[in-house]
Amino acid sequence: MADTKTIAPKDPAFVRAWDWLTETQIWTSIFRHTAPINDRNRVLVMLSNVFLHLHPVRLRKSGVRLRYTWCMGGLSFFLFLQLTFTGLLLMFYYRPTLEYAYTDIVSLREHVPLGIMREMHRWGAHAMVITVWLHMFRVFMTGSYKPPREFNWNVGVIMLVLTLLLSFTGYLLPWDQLAIWAITVGSNMARAAPLIGNEGPLSSLMVLGDVGLVHQADDMRFVLLGGTFVGEGALLRFYVLHCVGFPLVIGFLMAVHFWRVRKDGGISGPL
Amino acid sequence: MDAIKSFIDAFADPRLFFSLAVGSLALVVWGHEAFASKRWGWGLMAFLVALFGFGLTDENFNLIITKPDNVPIVGLIFLLLFFTWYSVRQGVLNDRRIAAGKPPIEKDEEDRVWTWPDLVYTELIAIVICTIIIIVWSIALEAPLEQPANSANTPNPSKAPWYFLGLQEMLVYFDPWLAGVVLPTLIIVGLMAIPYIDKNPKGNGYYTFKERSVEITLFLFGFVVLWSSLIVLGTFLRGPNWNFFGPFEYWDIHKLEALTNVQLSEVIWVQLFAVALPDSWFIREIFGILLVIGYIAVLPVVLAKKGLTKYYEKLGPVRYYVTVLLFLSMLSLPVKMLARWLFNLKYIVSIPELFFNI
Repeated sequence: MADTKTIAPKDPAFVRAWDWLTETQIWTSIFRHTAPINDRNRVLVMLSNVFLHLHPVRLRKSGVRLRYTWCMGGLSFFLFLQLTFTGLLLMFYYRPTLEYAYTDIVSLREHVPLGIMREMHRWGAHAMVITVWLHMFRVFMTGSYKPPREFNWNVGVIMLVLTLLLSFTGYLLPWDQLAIWAITVGSNMARAAPLIGNEGPLSSLMVLGDVGLVHQADDMRFVLLGGTFVGEGALLRFYVLHCVGFPLVIGFLMAVHFWRVRKDGGISGPL
Repeated sequence: MDAIKSFIDAFADPRLFFSLAVGSLALVVWGHEAFASKRWGWGLMAFLVALFGFGLTDENFNLIITKPDNVPIVGLIFLLLFFTWYSVRQGVLNDRRIAAGKPPIEKDEEDRVWTWPDLVYTELIAIVICTIIIIVWSIALEAPLEQPANSANTPNPSKAPWYFLGLQEMLVYFDPWLAGVVLPTLIIVGLMAIPYIDKNPKGNGYYTFKERSVEITLFLFGFVVLWSSLIVLGTFLRGPNWNFFGPFEYWDIHKLEALTNVQLSEVIWVQLFAVALPDSWFIREIFGILLVIGYIAVLPVVLAKKGLTKYYEKLGPVRYYVTVLLFLSMLSLPVKMLARWLFNLKYIVSIPELFFNI
């Protein structure tokens, strides 16, 4: 009796191609395990991927509900990344000097067909302010600042302020009328700081003998603007803070914020 | 048509606008059970859509609403009112569960799910939708670019970026050192203090209204009524010379507003005592100074004895005084508003010699 030989039907070509690809040394060197279709790999994917490892392996069901989180914290982070990327592209074409700042923006607008990078950066920034506020709103309404998350709420408040400062410093860079006058109105407040603003209360008491210590050219506003009015010094100062200073600080605090979300027991829920 | 427009214009007057915002919050807090119904949520959204839809037929309304930098604030109005309703609704739904002896819904969803796929796919979809919105927004609306910067040509009105317009609106009632420095600092300090002064152990990690009604009311008052509604007011309803303009009104640069504000010292010395103002600023302003000291130093102590004794006992002295001082600072804005509206009061303490006006 001849042996019967069963012949399995051949897999379709793309399945075979996929199988071949995922078994190559290059592929397996990048992905240490197969697709996360079983529990073991669902754990591994979180542990072995640097981007995903911000997440826990598992989380409470309420934590994935839009009803609970509104997704506003995640969107704030995503918008920050989007702004970093579009901002980087804009930096290639923008020079923060009185001579070029405005004309560079005009060029971006006039010479780039279908260009929307500046729009994405500006509207993304507005959107980020709103998502950050709504994230704070959600965290308050769910009482998620309560122990053990008090410190992380504070980190969040500082990042909220930094978000506004990032947006505020960016507002000056196009160097048009809208920009300098908004910054003039805003920075005039620094002139009124008690003791350290030249029009602030009690600053006239800051004297050494007959010499007034606080005047127009050394007060709080001067520190902010690098000058007595919104000019070249302010433009450079705001540019550096906008592109380097504040993003570094907020990036650092984001790391702390996300880390503490995990360490304080993951996304909040009833105790 | 015109009757409706002048009606809305009249209601947008800062006095009515602000009173309306406070009144609405009071109604929401008082009737939160009814407010939580879906009918109210949809009704609120429909009302906003109708209001803006109607407004867009008007030239002046259109001009101010469709200014590119103002578009996000229109979005903010919708989002904020929606989420206010939505979070109150979630709280009320949980309160009903708790009243029925069940745990809050979040407790029922305590079981763990896999991050992959449950969370990462949600995130992916959120990212895609967000990207689409930003791209469509960017294609539809060009980023504004005005004339090149010219420090010799001051636009009228000159406005700060929109998220600071609540602070700029405060300048109507307070000097820059308070509106631009002290009060913003206190807002930040106050926000950071929240977790340390709120000792209520309930409502941690789930929506509720009943278990935290005082905290939620205070937060909604600070965030929605003071911060956000003043931004809306400052953006849409303040025109040249920071004068008030209704949403359907033409921004007439020549609009005149009588400046009839008086100082407290003038009221007391000149009108009440019928004598000239004393030369020394200290004597001149002594009543105002006493009033301010009374507000920030004596009132909290009195309240601890009577009125807020319950909180004094619950929070202990340190937490109590921090809380009350922050609360009184927040309340100083509506207090000053009322004083301005009712008595045309400009400053309670006015010492221009030291740039010190309250």
